[in-house]
Amino acid sequence: MVHVKINGIPVEVEEGSTVLYAAKKANVTIPTLCYHPDLKPWASCGLCVVKQEGSAKIVRACATPVGEGQSFITNDEELFKVRKTILELMLSTHPSTCLTCGRNGMCELQRLAAEFGIREQPYEVRVKKLSRDTSTCSIVLDPTKCIKCGRCVQVCQDMQGVFALEFIGRGDNTVMAPAAMLKLDDSPCIKCGQCAAHCPVGAIFERDETESFRKAVADPDKHVVVQIAPAVRVALGESFNLPAGTITTGKIYAALRRLGADKVFDTNFSADLTIMEEGTELVERLSKKDSVLPQITSCCPAWTDYMEKYYPDMIPNFSTAKSPMMMQGAMTKTYYAETAGIDPAKIYSVAIMPCTAKKFEISRDDNMQASGFNDVDLVLTTRELARLIKSAGVDFVDLPGEPADSPIGEYAGAGTIFGNTGGVMEAALRTAYHSITGKDLKNVEIDAVRGMDGIRKGIVDVDGRKVRVAVAHGMANVKSLMEEIRAARDAGAEPPYEFIEVMACRGGCISGGGQPYASTDDVRSKRIAGLYEDDRESEFRCSYQNPSIQKIYAEYLGAPLSEKAHHLLHTSYQERKVYKH
Amino acid sequence: MSVQNEVEFSPELMAYISEWKEKQGNLIMILHKVQEEFGYIPREAADKVSELLDVPLAKIWGVVTFYHFFKLTKPGEHNIQVCLGTACYLKGGDAIIEALHKHLGLDVGAVTDDGKFSLEAVRCIGCCGLAPVMTVSGEVFGKVTKDQVPGIIDKFN
Repeated sequence: MVHVKINGIPVEVEEGSTVLYAAKKANVTIPTLCYHPDLKPWASCGLCVVKQEGSAKIVRACATPVGEGQSFITNDEELFKVRKTILELMLSTHPSTCLTCGRNGMCELQRLAAEFGIREQPYEVRVKKLSRDTSTCSIVLDPTKCIKCGRCVQVCQDMQGVFALEFIGRGDNTVMAPAAMLKLDDSPCIKCGQCAAHCPVGAIFERDETESFRKAVADPDKHVVVQIAPAVRVALGESFNLPAGTITTGKIYAALRRLGADKVFDTNFSADLTIMEEGTELVERLSKKDSVLPQITSCCPAWTDYMEKYYPDMIPNFSTAKSPMMMQGAMTKTYYAETAGIDPAKIYSVAIMPCTAKKFEISRDDNMQASGFNDVDLVLTTRELARLIKSAGVDFVDLPGEPADSPIGEYAGAGTIFGNTGGVMEAALRTAYHSITGKDLKNVEIDAVRGMDGIRKGIVDVDGRKVRVAVAHGMANVKSLMEEIRAARDAGAEPPYEFIEVMACRGGCISGGGQPYASTDDVRSKRIAGLYEDDRESEFRCSYQNPSIQKIYAEYLGAPLSEKAHHLLHTSYQERKVYKH
Repeated sequence: MSVQNEVEFSPELMAYISEWKEKQGNLIMILHKVQEEFGYIPREAADKVSELLDVPLAKIWGVVTFYHFFKLTKPGEHNIQVCLGTACYLKGGDAIIEALHKHLGLDVGAVTDDGKFSLEAVRCIGCCGLAPVMTVSGEVFGKVTKDQVPGIIDKFN
């Protein structure tokens, strides 16, 4: 431990801590812009400058480690002026189109400009007009608004291992773009949207499709059916100043009805359905000789896209089960349409997702029209739903909760934890245990697969059968696992794991690219706690116990992996080029 | 990562790449050699370097666009360099560029339609005593006046 003073306040921090961290411990907030707790300090913006007593130098707090006995000043007139000048210079190259910007009211630069009381523009304004990249259906890149903080590049390369974005060019002419100035859609981009979630300004944002929703509910010929993903319920509240992790499921159902939805279902139902299919697939693979192991989860569309580009040789390992969202879409336009006597051609199927890649998933291949129609017509992110609710004047915070509609709305606790890292694995193991042993698992909370480590490995005891499992989240973490599996396979050795769960985003879907801004590990852990609480409070904890699931198999699907289930609930994968051109 | 478009590397270049593959600073050294072979960094060559070194194409593009030395477009048959270093600049290097523009319709960084000439502005080629200086296909011309430009170019046409 080292002892330092921040503005005269003594604090004790671990060796190697930065000035920024020490200041936080002293309840001092140093303004930052390029810094993000998820990323290594990049020190590009210079806003966090501080003075070290006894030194003439001004240093950047985010990248400067403290030493024993050092003393720092984080705020005085000179530092204020330096910071204000930095902001004024940034504003001189930044369009002042805040009112029509996607980040209006949630922009870190806008907030700082307000906090520093910037009222004039002392420098000549030189805003470069650069064209937007609207090539993907998930995210939009607007380089005109880029402040060159570098967060998106770091996220794309270090956190996600995707390498779609890079600093292209030099100095004032630098842009964050794919290699060869290709469009994002031609690049390795997996549409995870983590760049958009980390961008401090409006340079990268989700494609806004709220208008399509408003048009659909206004159309009397359309029967609008909405599903909400697990992770949405513990994050949407943040957009209404509720604490992170607050479970708002009932309020969301109610709000969607007020927005004009005809039926409100829950993706969690189909998360249970996914478990029935994927869990049965796992049990089959585990019990049959010479089957391809490990089985790898496939419900994350960004991961599926990544695998098809970077690990196409792993296609046989992928579970053929579709994601819960796509299963829900297929069940909406088949099972629900039939039981309710509604023409599926009139159903408009909407999914509220924490994820920008889900916008891509609905049209990724022909398997996404298993019902004969688009199984899902529209994907809106949590942030888009928040805007819809606000603009429609729905008093979300005080809205009394309502239940979901039947027959594809009820869920077990296993379905809800799909939204966090380790959750799909845990949910699958609960059902696999039952399939293998015929018994209910006594303690359904499988601690071995919980937690926030980027890669977690464990052995789960299924009534004497030891199942080797691994969980990875944050796309870059998947590399070492995949290489381990490849090495064993190529050597003809036994696979190091039998079941692997992968989620592209750190913490899982709860911090997906479409969730409310400012996801940090603190916020992530609160949202995860919310989902585990939702699970604990569920009447049924395991997917096979969900009465609606039992009903859909009895009345419609037959059994897991039946021919009908295969047609509607399973998919296939194809190798994709890393660069299209 | 799969190579999108095939391109042939000479045996010398391949040998150079194997020699440098595991060394620190390999990317820049290898890109230098690639440019030496092709005159610029073709996209296909960047793809191949990406594959051979297991370095993402984005990283290669970051390096190539950071350093002025690397070119992404194929230079003309005769590359013209006009020095705009301090001495040449003061002695009227920009007048040479203007004259080239007039004579060939050529801008800095561009190639003539027939692919014959390309023009780049450089910083000091080490003979300030001859300022202002231009080179055509490596041949140095010193104390160039704007009136001499058409004559110099015609030698290569």
